[in-house]
Amino acid sequence: MLEELLVTVRSNPKIDPSLGVWSWEIPVYLFMGGMTAGIMLFASLMVLLAREEEFPFVARKLPLWAPIALSVGMLFLFLDLSHKLYVWRFYTSFQPSSPMSWGSWILILVYPVSILLAACTLRQGYPWLGRLVDRFAIGTAILDFSCRHRAVVAQWGLVLAVFLGFYTGILLSAFSARPFWNTGFLAPLFLVSGMSAAAALVLLGTRNEHERHTFTRIDIVLITVKLALIALLLVNLATGSGVQIEASQMVFGGEFAIPFWVFFIIPGVMLPLILEYWELKGRRRAWMFISPVLALYGGYMLRHLTVDLGQTSSYLNYVNAFDPALLDLLR
Amino acid sequence: MKRREFLKLSAILGAGTAAPGFLTGCSPPPLPGAGAVETSPTVCNICFWRCAGTVYQENGEPWKVVGNPEDLHSMGRLCTRGTGGLGSYRDPDRLRQPMLRVEQNGRQTFQPVSWDEALDFIAERMRGIAEQHGEDRLCLFSHGVGGSHFRKLMSGFGSRGYAQPSFAQCRGPRDVGFALTFGEGVGSPDRTDMEHSRCIVLIGSHLGENLHNGQVQTWIQALEKQATVITVDPRFSVAAGKSKHWLPIRPGTDMALLLAWMHVLINEGLYDADYIARYATGFEQLAAHVQPFSPEWAFLETGISAAKIRETAREMAHHAPASLVHPGRHVTWYGDDTQRSRAIAILNALLGSWGRKGGFYIQEKVDLPDYPTPEPPKPQSDWLAVVQKDFPLAPSGITNAIIDASIGPDAFFKGWFVYGTNLPYTIPDSARNLEAAAQSLDLFVVIDTMPAEITGYADVVLPECTYLERIDPIRNSPERNPSLAVSLPAFEPRHETKPAWWMAKQLAERLDLGRYFPYDDYAEVVDWQLQQVGSSLEEMQRLGVKNFPRTTPMYFTPGQSVEFFTESGKIELHSAMLARFGQDPMPVYTPPERPEPGYFHLNYGRAPAHTFGRTINNPQLFELMPENAVWVNPLVATELALNSGDYVRLKNQDGVVSNRVRVRVTERIRPDSVYIVHGFGHTDARQRLAAGRGADDNGLMTRILVDPIMGGTGMRGNFVTLVPEEYTA
Amino acid sequence: MIRYGMVIDTQLCIGCGDCVVACKTENKLPAGLNRDWVVEATRGRYPDLTTEFRSERCNHCSHATCVHTCPTGASHLWKDTNIVLVDAAKCTGCKACIAACPYDARLIMTPDGYIDKCTFCHHRVEKGEDPACVSSCPTHCMHFGILDEPSSAVSRLLASRQQKVLLDETGNQPNVYYLI
Repeated sequence: MLEELLVTVRSNPKIDPSLGVWSWEIPVYLFMGGMTAGIMLFASLMVLLAREEEFPFVARKLPLWAPIALSVGMLFLFLDLSHKLYVWRFYTSFQPSSPMSWGSWILILVYPVSILLAACTLRQGYPWLGRLVDRFAIGTAILDFSCRHRAVVAQWGLVLAVFLGFYTGILLSAFSARPFWNTGFLAPLFLVSGMSAAAALVLLGTRNEHERHTFTRIDIVLITVKLALIALLLVNLATGSGVQIEASQMVFGGEFAIPFWVFFIIPGVMLPLILEYWELKGRRRAWMFISPVLALYGGYMLRHLTVDLGQTSSYLNYVNAFDPALLDLLR
Repeated sequence: MKRREFLKLSAILGAGTAAPGFLTGCSPPPLPGAGAVETSPTVCNICFWRCAGTVYQENGEPWKVVGNPEDLHSMGRLCTRGTGGLGSYRDPDRLRQPMLRVEQNGRQTFQPVSWDEALDFIAERMRGIAEQHGEDRLCLFSHGVGGSHFRKLMSGFGSRGYAQPSFAQCRGPRDVGFALTFGEGVGSPDRTDMEHSRCIVLIGSHLGENLHNGQVQTWIQALEKQATVITVDPRFSVAAGKSKHWLPIRPGTDMALLLAWMHVLINEGLYDADYIARYATGFEQLAAHVQPFSPEWAFLETGISAAKIRETAREMAHHAPASLVHPGRHVTWYGDDTQRSRAIAILNALLGSWGRKGGFYIQEKVDLPDYPTPEPPKPQSDWLAVVQKDFPLAPSGITNAIIDASIGPDAFFKGWFVYGTNLPYTIPDSARNLEAAAQSLDLFVVIDTMPAEITGYADVVLPECTYLERIDPIRNSPERNPSLAVSLPAFEPRHETKPAWWMAKQLAERLDLGRYFPYDDYAEVVDWQLQQVGSSLEEMQRLGVKNFPRTTPMYFTPGQSVEFFTESGKIELHSAMLARFGQDPMPVYTPPERPEPGYFHLNYGRAPAHTFGRTINNPQLFELMPENAVWVNPLVATELALNSGDYVRLKNQDGVVSNRVRVRVTERIRPDSVYIVHGFGHTDARQRLAAGRGADDNGLMTRILVDPIMGGTGMRGNFVTLVPEEYTA
Repeated sequence: MIRYGMVIDTQLCIGCGDCVVACKTENKLPAGLNRDWVVEATRGRYPDLTTEFRSERCNHCSHATCVHTCPTGASHLWKDTNIVLVDAAKCTGCKACIAACPYDARLIMTPDGYIDKCTFCHHRVEKGEDPACVSSCPTHCMHFGILDEPSSAVSRLLASRQQKVLLDETGNQPNVYYLI
C-alpha cells in the first residue's frame, strides 16, 4: 500500500487539486478557431475549384463568418488571460518552440486573409454591407483589391486554414505533461471537427437544395472521420504509457463517463450522424435544422471535454492531509 | 529629506510613470532584500526552546526571522514555527486593549478600558485580598519568559504561589524521576548528547514531530552518522520511520519493556559494572527486583517479541555508554510516570550514559548576577505545605492542585494571574474546575497576546505585545557552552499592547512596591547584567548571542569520583526516599486498562507546525496545518466504512464528544489506537482561524491518572470511539 | 551553462515544513500560494512500513517544457543557468506554462495574475547564499549547488548515495534529486 499525502497544505488556485486553469473560454476559442479554419477551407476551395455558382451560400455568404468567428474566439482567448494588460507581449517576440507563439502569429496572418476572403463576397453576399463599405474610398479599394487577387487569397486561405485547424489541436497535444492531450490524433481531430462545424453552418444557412444535399454528404463523411479519430485517440491512449492508460480510463468510468457519452458522443456525434443520414434518405425534412445545431454543439463539447480531461489527467495525484478549503479563510 | 515626505514624492512620480509603464512592460516586482534592510536580535518565543535569531525588516516592513548562527539552541536555523514567528505579530485577532469584565443589562461582557483603569482595578483587588485573607493568597500560572516580571511582583507582594503547566502536565515526572535517581533533572534544553550517541532509544517520543530545535538537530546528526535508533511507539512516528528497530508496543506497557530490558542487561552481564560499582547504590536490590521480568514475560504484556527485546537490549549495551535512553519530555501518561521516568533513568545508569559522551552531558550557564533589588518579604505561609501536602516530593507547583485549592469560600488562593498559558487546553478535564475557581476567586487576571479560551474566565485581560515588540530577560539557559542571548524589540507594539515588565512595574507602583522595579526601562536591567559579564546592550544589539568558554569538563573523566545530589550522594537504583514516603523504591509494572470493544486508545502528540494550541491562529502556521486529523488504521476504517477526508467526532468513555475532525486512514497506527495532534478544536470565536478547527484531545481526557509522587495528570488512560459526522450539505 | 541543483536527503527529512514557511516569508508570497510543499509517502502494511518525506518544488529542469511552451519569452532561464524564472512584465497569463509542467509547480500570482514559481531564490544565489528553504532546514537535509562541479557538496552526495528524481519518465530532466 502507498499512502502519498501533502503534509503541508497546498491549494494553489486553479492548479490544485487538479488543473483547472482553462475553463470554458479556451474551449470556445478552440471551437471558434476550428470553425474559422473550416469556413476558410470551404470558401477557398470554392474559389480554387471554381464551384461558386454551384454552392452559392458557401461562396458568397459563409466567408464573412470566418473573421467573425475568429474575432469571437480571440475575444475569449483574451478573456482567459490572467495578466491581460500584457496581451501585446504575444507580438514582441516569436518563440519557435512554443505552439502558442506559432498560433498567435498564425492568427495575425489568418486575420487579414479571412477578411480579404470575405471582402470579395460582400457585394454579392451581403449587398447592404457591401454598399456600406463602398461608401468609403478605402473600403472600395479593399473590396476591389480582394476580388482582383481572389485566387491568391484563396490559396493562402487554404493553407492557413489547415494550419489553423491543426494548430488548435497541436496547442493541446504539445503538452506532454497532460497525458490525455499527449497524442497526435488531436490535431486532425480538431481540424476535421472544425470543418464539420463549418459544414453545419452551411446546412443552417443555405437555401439551395443541391448545396444542402452535398454538404449533408460532406458532413456525414466528416462526422464519421471524427468518430473514427476519437476512437483511434482512445485506442492510442489506452495502449500508451501508464499515465495515458489512466487518462483513457477517465472516459470509461468516473466523473467524465457521463459527460463524455451522454452529453457528447450520443447527442453531439451519433445523433447528427443519424439525422443527417435520414435527411439524405429524404426523411424528416422539417427537422433539418436540428442536426447541424447538434453537430455544432458536439464540436464545442469536443473541445470542452478535451480541455477538461487533459487538465484532469496528470502525472501527480497528491491528496492534502488537511482540508485545503480552510486556506480560503486567509485569502 | 524626511522619509515620509520622500515616499510621498516618489508616489507622485510613480503615478506619473504608470501609463507609459504599461506600454514598455512595467518593472517586475522587486527582488526580496533589494530595499533598505534593517535587522535586530531576537529570542524566539513561539515555544519554550527559545532559539536566538535575527529579525529582518525591508523598507520598514516586517520581512523575516532567521536563526543566529552563533546560537547553540538553534545552530543558526529556526524551526517551522520560529520561521513563521512574524505571524504572531501580524495576527489580526490579537488582543488589542485592556478589557474589564462588566455587567451590562444583566449579562457579563468585556469592556475595553484604559490601562489605568485596568491596573487600578487589579491593584485595588490585590489590596482587598491582602486585607481580607493575607498577602500570600495570590498565585501565578506562567508559561513564558515574561512571567518572571509578575513573579517578582507577587513575591514582593508576599505571594509565592506559582505553577507552570509544563510541570504537572508535561515534564514533571521526568524531572522528579531523574532527580530521584541522579540527583538532578534533565533540564531545558535537555542535556542529551545525541550528536555523539551511537544508539538512541525513544519511548513514545515525538522527536521530529515536536521541533525542540537543537535536540532535533543533534538527533539528525546522530542519524547522519548511522547511529542506531530504537523507537518504542504504538504509532509509526516520524522517529519510527528513521529507526532501525520500531517496537509497536501495546499502549501503556512501556514499563514492562523497560523492566525486561533491565533484566537482559543485568542477567546477561551487559551493564556497565565499573560505572555501577563506582557511582550507584542499590544494584543488588535492583538485580533481584527485575528477575521476574523476563523478555518472555514482557512479550505477553507489550506484544514485543522476546527476541526483539533481547536484540535491542544487546544493541544498547554494545554502544554503551554512547547509548541514550531518551527521557522524553511530555511524559504525564499513565499515572506511574515518575516511576517510568525512574526506570528510564535506571536503564541509563546501567548503560553508564549519565555524564558520558553520547549520553547526558554536563551543562554550563553563565554566572549572571541578578539586577540588585531588595529582598522580598518572607511569605506568611509555606503554600506548598498547605496546597500540595499530598505530594511532598513535588518540587514545583502542581497546576491542578492549585486549581483545587482555589475553589470555594475557604480556598487558599484568592487571586490568580495567568500569564501566557491557556489552561483549559492545557490541563485535562479542567474546564469545570476553572469555572468553579473563577466563581470563587476575588481576582482573575489573564495576560496574553491572543484571545485564548482562558481569557473568557478573567476579570481583567491585559494584552501583551509579542516577543518581536518587547525586550525580554536575557536568555541564560544551560547548554554545551555558557551562552547569553538577548531579545530586543524589532517593532513598535501594535495596538495598545504593552510588555509584561511594564505591566508588572505599573502594578508595583500602585501597590507601593516600586522598589522591586527600580528602573524606567527594562533595557537598563539587561544592560547592567551584561556589563557584569563584560558585555553590554550595545554589543549584544550587534551580536544577539555571545558564547563563553566552558570552565568545567562536559563529561565525567575516567575514574573521576562524582558526588551526586541524591540523599546517598550516589545514583540511586533503589530509592530509600521513595520507600520512606510510602512509594515503591524501584519501578513496578501495572497493566494498563484495555479499551472496550469499539473503543480505541486515545493517543496524541505534536506537529512541527504548531506549539500546543498557541499557534493555530498564527496565519503563517495555520496555512501549513489548519486542522488536525484522527489517524485510523485501515482495518478499523474498513469496519467503520470510513475514508480519508471524512469527518467524525470522537466520543470518549464518559460520553464526552469532540468537535468534528478529519479522518486519515493510515497504516502508521495500531488497530487498537487512534491518534490526533494536540492543540486543536478551539472554541473561542475571537480566534477566527482556529475556532472550530479539528478536535481537542484535552477535552476528551476525563479519566485522569494522577501520579502519586509528583501530582501530575496522566492523560493516556482515555478511550474514544468514532462517530461518523452526519452528512451536511 | 551552469546547472544548479538541489539534493534532498529523504532519510533525514522530518517533513516539518520549515522550507515552506521560509520560502513564503523570504519571497513575501501571499497567503494561500505555495512555491514549495512537503509530501509524505508511506509504503507497506502495519507493522512493516517505511516513510519518506520529500520537500518538493520546481525542478528547474534541464529540458524545461514550461520555458519551451511560453509564447512570449516570459518564462526564461536566468543568465546562463538552468534556473527557470518568469518575467512578470512579459507574462500574459496564458497559463500554457502551467499546463506544461508535469510537477504542477507553477502558480498564478494574486492579485496581479502573472505566473509565479520557485526561483531557487536566485536573488540569494547571486550573493552566494543558499535558497531560503535550504538555509532554513533544521535537519540540514537539503543541499544546493552546482551539479556539474565534481567537488560541490551536491555532486559528492550524488556520487556517494542512492538517489531518484521525480517523474524521470517525462523527459524533463529535473535537477532536484532525492537521496533514498
